Amino acid sequence: MKAKAFSFAADDWRSGVFAALKRQNVQQMAYVPDAGHASLITACHADAEIESTVLTTEEEGVALLAGADLGGQRGVMLMQSSGVGNCVNMFSLLQSCGFPFVTLVTMRGEWAEFNPWQIPMGKVTEETFKRSGFIVYRADTGEDAAAMTASAVQLAYDSNCPVAVLLSQRLIGAKNF
Amino acid sequence: MIDRRDGVAAILKDRPDNLLVISGLGSPTYDVAAAGDVAENFYLWGAMGGSASMGLGLALARPDARVLVVTGDGEALMGMGSLATLGAKAPENLAVLVIDNEAFGETGGQTSHTGKTTNLAAVALACGFRHVLTAHRQPDLAVLKQVMLEETGPVLGVIKVGSGELPRVLPERDGHAIRNRFITATTNRKNGEKT
Repeated sequence: MKAKAFSFAADDWRSGVFAALKRQNVQQMAYVPDAGHASLITACHADAEIESTVLTTEEEGVALLAGADLGGQRGVMLMQSSGVGNCVNMFSLLQSCGFPFVTLVTMRGEWAEFNPWQIPMGKVTEETFKRSGFIVYRADTGEDAAAMTASAVQLAYDSNCPVAVLLSQRLIGAKNF
Repeated sequence: MIDRRDGVAAILKDRPDNLLVISGLGSPTYDVAAAGDVAENFYLWGAMGGSASMGLGLALARPDARVLVVTGDGEALMGMGSLATLGAKAPENLAVLVIDNEAFGETGGQTSHTGKTTNLAAVALACGFRHVLTAHRQPDLAVLKQVMLEETGPVLGVIKVGSGELPRVLPERDGHAIRNRFITATTNRKNGEKT
């Protein structure tokens, strides 16, 4: 079931990220929601050519996109940094089989963070990805986020490797309570 | 009680050309390999808890195929949240088959949650699966096979099996080789259908 047509706010840099996903022919999107991804999630749900799947935990998305690759489709997972630790053993699937994989990660715990519980995972997010065999990009501007998303999909699917794009908390804006 | 090899073999006997199988780590992988080592099988040797999610991604990408995930009670329990995801997404071409020995058979036979209180068929039904069925005896397998291969998904079947260990049947365990073999075979088939 598809939602109504959606358009990004004029100043929302995520429209560039979405355009990059479309240009790179991404057909599956899996996510555990984050406020920083909200408009991108809505745009994917509204797109007739993208199958969007809400997950109960991030590790499902790793396996799901491996399955999508077996079926010949490109995918992306949207999550926040606190979800990265949930995936660690499932990342072994990517390395053991040479699956391509792309994830866009909204960072918490690094810039004007309100919630101290976000700090521990935020501090080790990049290192966790690297130790799990990922190539890691970090975007501090909307322009970077779009360009890095396009590059990440191309790199992952042309070279069969996992790539993470970290969207910095400075870019997203600290969460207000 | 059903013998697990007999149960899986009964479901996969004369399998249709469009059936793609993902097997969960441990005994389900050995059971599926024992029933016929074909390129349309993807064997997991790790990634515990991921088989049903992997089946979902494949089912969404290949609406022309029937996708069957064969897993055990231990893996299904670890990935129980994924049953909620499958129910919510409701892929019509996806079936999950749980070979339930009510034990962690690879690690010393410790009693699992299904040997105590958990009913995985009831869990799947509560998650929105369209049809669930539990086979306790050999004669139940014919109906189970029909549900697994033909009923509108998502469907989940449970085969209650004995907990004894069987001789291991070890297929390829290089993940790159398994992936390449699967993609090469199934992409050719898909292309073949188009021409």
